[in-house]
Amino acid sequence: MQTAQTAIATVRFGTGAAPGQPMANNRQTLMDQLRAEDPGPGRDYTDLAARAKLLEDQSESRKEIRKNAKNAKALAQDITDRFRATLHQDNLRLIGRSVDSPAGFRERLAWFWTDHFTVAADGRRRTLLAYDFVETAIRPYIAKPFAEMLKAVVRHPAMLVYLNQVRSVGPNSRMGQKRNRGLNENLAREVLELHTVGVGGSYVQRDVREFAELLTGMSLEDGLFRFRPGIAEPGAETVLGRAYGGKGQASVEDVDRALEDLALHPDTAQHLARKLIVHFVGPDPAEDYVKAVADAYLQGDGRLTSAYHTLLDDPRAWALPLVNAKTPQHFLVSTLRSVGVTSADLATLKRGEFGRGILAPLAAMGQPILRPLGPDGWPEDPANWITPAGLAARVEWANRVVQQRGKDLDPAAFLEQTLGVLAPPRLKELTARAETRHEGVTLVLASPTFNRR
Amino acid sequence: MSNTPTPQGLTRRGLLTRSLALGCSAAASPFITPVTLASTPGDARLVVIVLRGAMDGLDVVQPIGDRALRQHRKTLSLGEEGGAQDLDGFFMLHPSLAPLMPLWQAGEMSFAHAVSTPYRDKRSHFDGQDLLENGGNSADGGMTPGRDGWLNRMLSLLPGAQAETAFAVGRGELLLLRGDVPISSWSPDNDMDLSPQAQLLLGQVWAQDPLFAAAGRTAMAISAARDVPEGMNTRTSQRAEALATFTAEQLSGASRVAAFSLNGWDTHQSQKGALNRALVELSTAILTLKSGLGPVWGNTAVLCLTEFGRTVRENGAKGTDHGTGGAALFAGGALKGKTVHGDWPGLNPSQLYRDRDLMPTADVRRYAGWAMRDLFGLALSDVESQVFPGVEMGSDPRLIA
Repeated sequence: MQTAQTAIATVRFGTGAAPGQPMANNRQTLMDQLRAEDPGPGRDYTDLAARAKLLEDQSESRKEIRKNAKNAKALAQDITDRFRATLHQDNLRLIGRSVDSPAGFRERLAWFWTDHFTVAADGRRRTLLAYDFVETAIRPYIAKPFAEMLKAVVRHPAMLVYLNQVRSVGPNSRMGQKRNRGLNENLAREVLELHTVGVGGSYVQRDVREFAELLTGMSLEDGLFRFRPGIAEPGAETVLGRAYGGKGQASVEDVDRALEDLALHPDTAQHLARKLIVHFVGPDPAEDYVKAVADAYLQGDGRLTSAYHTLLDDPRAWALPLVNAKTPQHFLVSTLRSVGVTSADLATLKRGEFGRGILAPLAAMGQPILRPLGPDGWPEDPANWITPAGLAARVEWANRVVQQRGKDLDPAAFLEQTLGVLAPPRLKELTARAETRHEGVTLVLASPTFNRR
Repeated sequence: MSNTPTPQGLTRRGLLTRSLALGCSAAASPFITPVTLASTPGDARLVVIVLRGAMDGLDVVQPIGDRALRQHRKTLSLGEEGGAQDLDGFFMLHPSLAPLMPLWQAGEMSFAHAVSTPYRDKRSHFDGQDLLENGGNSADGGMTPGRDGWLNRMLSLLPGAQAETAFAVGRGELLLLRGDVPISSWSPDNDMDLSPQAQLLLGQVWAQDPLFAAAGRTAMAISAARDVPEGMNTRTSQRAEALATFTAEQLSGASRVAAFSLNGWDTHQSQKGALNRALVELSTAILTLKSGLGPVWGNTAVLCLTEFGRTVRENGAKGTDHGTGGAALFAGGALKGKTVHGDWPGLNPSQLYRDRDLMPTADVRRYAGWAMRDLFGLALSDVESQVFPGVEMGSDPRLIA
């Protein structure tokens, strides 16, 4: 990597250098990566309907098991096998696509928005839904108006389940009256606090309450999204000073209008702008930088590309040093790319091998895949990642990969290819003093420079 | 990238697989000592330490009150003469565990004696450990079809548990925690596998960045502790200390359950020295857990279990061979301690199992089952049907306060 621009485009805004791949080197080449539609999950993808079917088959099989049916054991095993096979394909795709893709900025944005709209893959149901969520509610929208993504997220079963919207019933709806059931404010609160205007935004508890009432009806039928007027709270709701619904039967269009307004709220613009800068550039961004990105977003009618454009237009985006830390996922993907591993290589691993070689190390580094602890997602602060345990896990795993795949690499050339001008002279000197080539390469991967972004 | 040449001598199939294969069976790799952790709700902490190699229960918790002991053992289990400490007038504690006597006095330690798993006669470490950790019920050591561990099955019973978050600290996983509830493990003693020179360089590379320098120093210290010649007391106890320190750190945070292994219990010859080393390691691990956990120790139970006991009779090399009945050690502030649990079968030749081993009078997993019921509020029926299917739970031994 000859220039600092190339290095920064590849490391700070991308997934790292891969042998033989062209590298972005400025704002334009990064933005070009977003032009085409997302390639999508590809053929043989287990879509949401098939996932819902698997979950339904599971509950059927559990009934059989409770009845002590003769074939109960075989049924349960069959479900388990199908679940594991689907999950393995999901993991292969999730990691493999980032490892292969020449459009690193697109991958980074997919990770960013997946985290912004956190759902957790715990338990079979939420796991099956979470991977589909990434495919159908996040990836297609990363270069679209934010409102489009927000609407897709808020009607995706993964989010409706994760933030308990499926349990929310309008207290004065038909169902609410008949069954004496009530609101669950979780999704409404998190959409305001985490997804749109942000915790510092200009909303109060009353907005949360009314927004929760507005969201009633956002529900599931046979595992797929369906708006159910029978559980929707009747009457109009006022959120951040604007009234929604109230005329005729409650409908999803009322919810969509509210989400569109929230997407264009100035507090949302601020919140997203700040979060993007903190994620890609560093903590405590200057207010004028935040304002510029927020303004561009609003002037672009909430188009995310307008925000990215201005994010990348600022000289501070291209300034050194690198201050953030790569997440384990970023570290893992960039390491695999650096030694020339491809998704085809990963596909040759048996499921257990993939688990022990990729998934378990990610967890050891502190980031079990799609399983953050809470709806606020993974932490940004480097101190959360660069811990004794986390760092040791990185070194140990990288060393294993290099022993398998990078033994013949020349450390000096490897350093040049992966970090280029970012590499401090001291690192070059120390790398050259390693006893073996593979340890030299491991030193590069273990270095602070490689682990920052 | 698909055009990237494959390095010589490596098929793509070979990618990662060799290193991955290391994770297969803890029992088959006695040198691997992973720490596995999982977080669950509630305040109770459970640590299970697997003592790999078969601890000699008759030397650790010496049945001095049984007059037959002396006819079997001349240089081992020497009681007062060997420096052992009185427990309850019948049993005495091995001198190397003297540092744990304050725990006994405080009611924070207890034992179960004449215990075993259902495993009989073949006396293979690997089968015995598999059965101990799998929690199955077959005398020949075969595993249940799930091939998972009882601690993992226990996690699946905890409602709303964050149990699915875990840390893989090492190359191997403990069978004990393997299963459907996802677990990761991390092994502080599992070093980064770099040469001394590379470690030196790595330290200098990290020195360039304060964040990495600080984290790296600790990572290195933990790693260095493993790099030890076999059998040196101070160094092995450093390793145990590193395992326990890391475990205590995790349990002070979100984790509630942890497990790790301590090796070195297979004392076929010169048991005196070998067992001393293993016991120093064990007492270091327990005391490090206690100090690392601080106030959390009060909610903690540590279960130290081994695959089987050793022969009642000393062998010709001042050691003992693979046996059947043995002892388990329990520690922690959650215990109602100061008790040696169990029915003593006696050591007269007619009372021995196959005229060679201590006759087991209870399944050791019964104690683990009751302890988990009390710690995590599980239903006994769930423990009986899911954690330890087929294990006779018997009456409550009241292990936990």
